[in-house]
Amino acid sequence: MKLSREEVLHIATIYRLGLSEADIEKARDQLSNILENFEVLKEVDTTNVPPTAQSITLSNVMQDDVPRPSLPSEDVLANAPVREEDFFKLRPVLESGGV
Amino acid sequence: MTPNYFDLTIHEAHDLLKARKISAVELMQICRNRIEDVERDVRAVITVTEETALVQAKEADRRIARGDMTPLTGVPALIKDNMCTKGVRTTCSSKMLENFVPPYNATVIEKLNAAGMVLIGKTNMDEFAMGSSTENSALFTTHNPWDLTRVPGGSSGGSAAGVTASEAVYALGSDTGGSIRQPAGFCNVTGLKPTYGRVSRYGLVAFASSLDQIGPLTKDALDAALVMNVISGHDACDSTSAPEPVPDYTRGLTGDLHGMKLGIPKEYYVEGMEAGVESVMQAAIKKLEELGATVGWGVSLPHTRYSLPVYYIIAPSEASANLARYDGSKYGYSYKDTDNMWEAMEKTRQFGFGAEVKRRIMLGTYALSAGYYDAYYLKAQKVRTLIRREFDAAFEKYDALVTPTSPTVPFKIGEKADNPLQMYLSDVCTLPINIAGVPAISIPAGFSEGLPVGMQIIGKPFSEPALFKISHAFQQATDWHKQRPPLKPD
Repeated sequence: MKLSREEVLHIATIYRLGLSEADIEKARDQLSNILENFEVLKEVDTTNVPPTAQSITLSNVMQDDVPRPSLPSEDVLANAPVREEDFFKLRPVLESGGV
Repeated sequence: MTPNYFDLTIHEAHDLLKARKISAVELMQICRNRIEDVERDVRAVITVTEETALVQAKEADRRIARGDMTPLTGVPALIKDNMCTKGVRTTCSSKMLENFVPPYNATVIEKLNAAGMVLIGKTNMDEFAMGSSTENSALFTTHNPWDLTRVPGGSSGGSAAGVTASEAVYALGSDTGGSIRQPAGFCNVTGLKPTYGRVSRYGLVAFASSLDQIGPLTKDALDAALVMNVISGHDACDSTSAPEPVPDYTRGLTGDLHGMKLGIPKEYYVEGMEAGVESVMQAAIKKLEELGATVGWGVSLPHTRYSLPVYYIIAPSEASANLARYDGSKYGYSYKDTDNMWEAMEKTRQFGFGAEVKRRIMLGTYALSAGYYDAYYLKAQKVRTLIRREFDAAFEKYDALVTPTSPTVPFKIGEKADNPLQMYLSDVCTLPINIAGVPAISIPAGFSEGLPVGMQIIGKPFSEPALFKISHAFQQATDWHKQRPPLKPD
């Protein structure tokens, strides 16, 4: 079962991942090949087996809400692609055609 | 005979520094010269941090002079380029982070700094730690110092190659599915993937958060124990960090394995394993028996064969979530040539991420998407439970399990680059360990066709002391770990 072009584009769209034409064709072949290999999991009986999300037994780790110094804003903004004063400057969201 | 100072272990360097036979500044310069001599061939290091290393080495010499030294004070180290180093570029070997300079240190860096580390450079890796050969680096490919036409393994290939080529005394790597152990095996160094939660992940660029662990790559087991003494422990900045007390890992290295029960799981000795690797393993296991260990051959972990699909569903799923932060808005590469927000985000990722990263993002997005979540992600998490239970059961009978680290010796550069599934198979012996969250170490076990073979020793959660004990005993009785590649300086 080879992934269709539409399926690949759907994955790319929901992630907002840009792909070239060559990327799309390559993804169809390679992803299909890898997904085929996942089929073997169907043979494992997992009735009444709980899922493992992580391997340690900790859950709901809490700590006291104690204020501590933050990084200086100059340091935080040093890697900003575009900044204005003390802000990251982004493109308009609503004018981009919504979600 | 004058010793090759660049060949020193941490404990040897410490003894010389302590006796004032060498200064930290001299040792730093020796490593700096060594980097210059071999880097044209090896290409393990992305950024050489000479200026800060000199400052740190001078400070180390002051500490040594006032008798305030730790075993790591003044010892030069390499750090994989996915751990944040304040003020030092941290690229993840990706175009996305090529010019990223972190405003803070990872917890492991803070701890090593407090111990007196001299950071000499940041090492090459597969982009975002996704890969098994370092060929996925968007910057350049690292070469295996044992044979420059072969890969050093990955994703911590730069750290492993850098240590075996003695460009520094030790290194840190990270391991999500074998990324410390497989390159350690390929490059003939000692590499530990600690128990999940043992070492803080704060400041480690996230790949797959339920699998990632930071660990040492060193020239022997004692060195790995010395590094673990510093980097282990609970960290409030990492909510998955374990509150277990940290033992002194250098204790119990007696060289004697009487009373230890080692299991040999048969599923790790089949399909695709090279004959040369098998005979090295046979000899290594015999040596462990001679040292007093009891070896049980009848161990079976039948779900091992599902580790590959389980891993390649869970890791890409977590990666797709983690890498969603790279949208070009706060840091990293940002596509500029549009006013449209969505287009900017898509193009940022299209040009910022390499082929393997995109492949895994798509795999993960697919596995998590509506209609496929139960069949892929949830199913993989359930099989993960079965794999963990199998390890739990094995550790009721055995103190540790012994397997090859990789089924093959290092492969040729380019050999598997166009076949992702073949590349994934090179981690078949190391993936189950991250899935179960248990610790495992790879140590040099011998050579096949002149190339290193690693032995993997797997333990129950927080049994790092047992892994060090076994590794140290083996290294007292063999000298495989002392072999160095025949590099010719330029």
